[in-house]
Amino acid sequence: MIETIRASFVIARRDFSAIILSKSFFFFLLGPLFPLIIGIAAGGLGQQVRQDIDQPVIGVALEEGQSAKLLEARKALAKNLGNNALPELLLLPDTDPDDPNISAKLDTADKPLTAIISGSLEAPLLTGSEQDVRRWSGKVALLSETALSGSSPVAVKTGFVTETNSSNKRGQLFTAQAGQAVLVLLTMILAGMVLSNLVEEKTNKIIEILAAAIPMDAIFLGKLFAMLGMALVGITVWSSLGLLGGSIIGLNLGNLPVPAVGWPLFSILMVAYFSMAYLLLGSLFLGIGAMATTVREVQTLSMPVTMGQLLVFFLAFSAITKLGEPIEWFAVIFPFSSPFAMIARAAQMDNIWQHGLALVWQAMFTLIIIRFSVMLFRRNVMKSGNSARKKSLLARIRG
Amino acid sequence: MTSSAHVKTPENAIEAHNIVKRFDGELAVDGIDLKIKKGSIFGILGPNGAGKTTTLRMLLGIIDPDEGERFLLGSADPISKAHQVGYLPEERGLYQSMKAFDAIGFMGALRGLPLAEGRKRGRQMMIDHGLGDAVDKQIRQLSKGMAQTVQLLGTIVHDPDLIILDEPFSGLDALNQGKLERLIRGQADKGVTVIFSTHVIAHAERLCEDIAIVANGKIPFTGKVSTARDRLRPQVHLETRNLEGPWRSAIPADCQPLGHNWHFTLPESGVEPLLRALIEGDAGIQSLSIERPGLHDAFVHIAGEAAAKKMEEDSALEGEAA
Repeated sequence: MIETIRASFVIARRDFSAIILSKSFFFFLLGPLFPLIIGIAAGGLGQQVRQDIDQPVIGVALEEGQSAKLLEARKALAKNLGNNALPELLLLPDTDPDDPNISAKLDTADKPLTAIISGSLEAPLLTGSEQDVRRWSGKVALLSETALSGSSPVAVKTGFVTETNSSNKRGQLFTAQAGQAVLVLLTMILAGMVLSNLVEEKTNKIIEILAAAIPMDAIFLGKLFAMLGMALVGITVWSSLGLLGGSIIGLNLGNLPVPAVGWPLFSILMVAYFSMAYLLLGSLFLGIGAMATTVREVQTLSMPVTMGQLLVFFLAFSAITKLGEPIEWFAVIFPFSSPFAMIARAAQMDNIWQHGLALVWQAMFTLIIIRFSVMLFRRNVMKSGNSARKKSLLARIRG
Repeated sequence: MTSSAHVKTPENAIEAHNIVKRFDGELAVDGIDLKIKKGSIFGILGPNGAGKTTTLRMLLGIIDPDEGERFLLGSADPISKAHQVGYLPEERGLYQSMKAFDAIGFMGALRGLPLAEGRKRGRQMMIDHGLGDAVDKQIRQLSKGMAQTVQLLGTIVHDPDLIILDEPFSGLDALNQGKLERLIRGQADKGVTVIFSTHVIAHAERLCEDIAIVANGKIPFTGKVSTARDRLRPQVHLETRNLEGPWRSAIPADCQPLGHNWHFTLPESGVEPLLRALIEGDAGIQSLSIERPGLHDAFVHIAGEAAAKKMEEDSALEGEAA
């Protein structure tokens, strides 16, 4: 056992330094920047498009006095509903409110119009495409009503309490969802990399030297911990940059809903459960990847593996609001979904002992998977034992 | 694996009893028995595909035999003795991005040597072997021969008691083959057991005291090189002035002269009776030489013509590749 730990440390140290000191690691660290940049760009564009779609311009072809009332009513309603909730109004002077060809104005006004209000405030006629008319007729009715009544909207007084049991529960649910989402995202991004982890050793024939020198379990363990180390370095860098960025733009983290076990323990559990999720999925991926004979096979395996990951994550997600129900217990006990289900528990339940139990269970299962993977690897790849098969993994799957 | 049927002896570096290995149902190693004494240079001789590498991989614990048992330095779990063993596989492999001295240190670390010490020794060993300029180069920047030397140094950096080299001369030029032979002798002088496989008889003949001949997954011979040679009678090359006379009875009856030259196997009775008969029978000896058979002749005799021919072809192919 001691020799296995020592040897796995030798492998982990080699792999970790090889990854960290490589040029590609820099790009790995930059990785999350790309979706962030794309997200910001896409978000900006989306907002612009949404503004164009959601805040249409409606032409007003009413009598002069009624038009002025309608504009006043919009101004008053915007105070309570917000400017974006109401359509922009554009006066169409010199337009007859009863013009039977009012629709011609839709394309000839200064701005592209979504619809035109004509007739009178008492009996407004909204002309436009069926979709736009259906969408905006309610708001036009509200504007007309307000314009006709001439009254300002009632001011609502507000009173705040710091927190309620209900708001606490909602907040914790939010924390559970957020914590689980972060774990899922990180595991999905990082665990898949383990799939191709033994390819270098196999293509360079180094596996023969390793297999003759140290227990095979140590090779698998070392590789897994090196990848975990790399993932944790990445997460540390990303979260530090995130916190730095947050403090620069004045993000107040004190407003975040407090998880049931408190922030310090929750943070520790996030790291622990990420590590366990990574080790569990990583050991499985390493075992599958080790069986592949070529990089092409590894690439082919990536898709079903990602689908498998998604299934596990859906299970954990679906259990998040069902604390104590059979589906949630299943998610807690099933090793691959256990870390995700348990982080949701940490956000919503304050007993701590269950986490110790869960971590031991997950660690135990990781070791079982490694043992099983090693057994398969020795038998199928190293051709050791009685039933050695000289077939590639895909050939074995095909039978 | 247990040692119930056989008792391992402490003077043996390796013991194997009836080990069998099949791949896809085909026999690769067919019931091999082997005992290799500590402190010897032992050659495993045979053509490619004879089962040498599979045998070595089983002895090292890289793969388990389907049947039989093996002991490495007295242990049925060879990996547990890995710190005392150095292994150079037939298919060389190093991490391409590693620096040369670091690769040696890493290989030492795998076998229990502290990494810093391994790196220090790696640097010194490279300087001692004339590779001082390549110490800080990455493996991918080295020539094939240099990379092979680095791997060999990594095999012995931790001062093992037993070194196993699978086709170590393969791919080396004559100069580096000579260096390797000196290194093997140097290790043996320090009391290290060296086992190597080869399909080049000359290497085994020059280096080994003991050999095993492997053919078709079996070992038809294991023992001293001299014993293998002794399986064949020495060859007599004789030139006589006379072609007839009473001395002819001392020469095998089916032996016909080529001019005045005679070539025949030394009779069982030995050299002295032959000489006496030739002199007393007035053969008129012009020249006489008695040649002890080489290991190649012994190999042909023991493993058969087909195996010998295959081994010659392997050597020729390797010569072309080099």
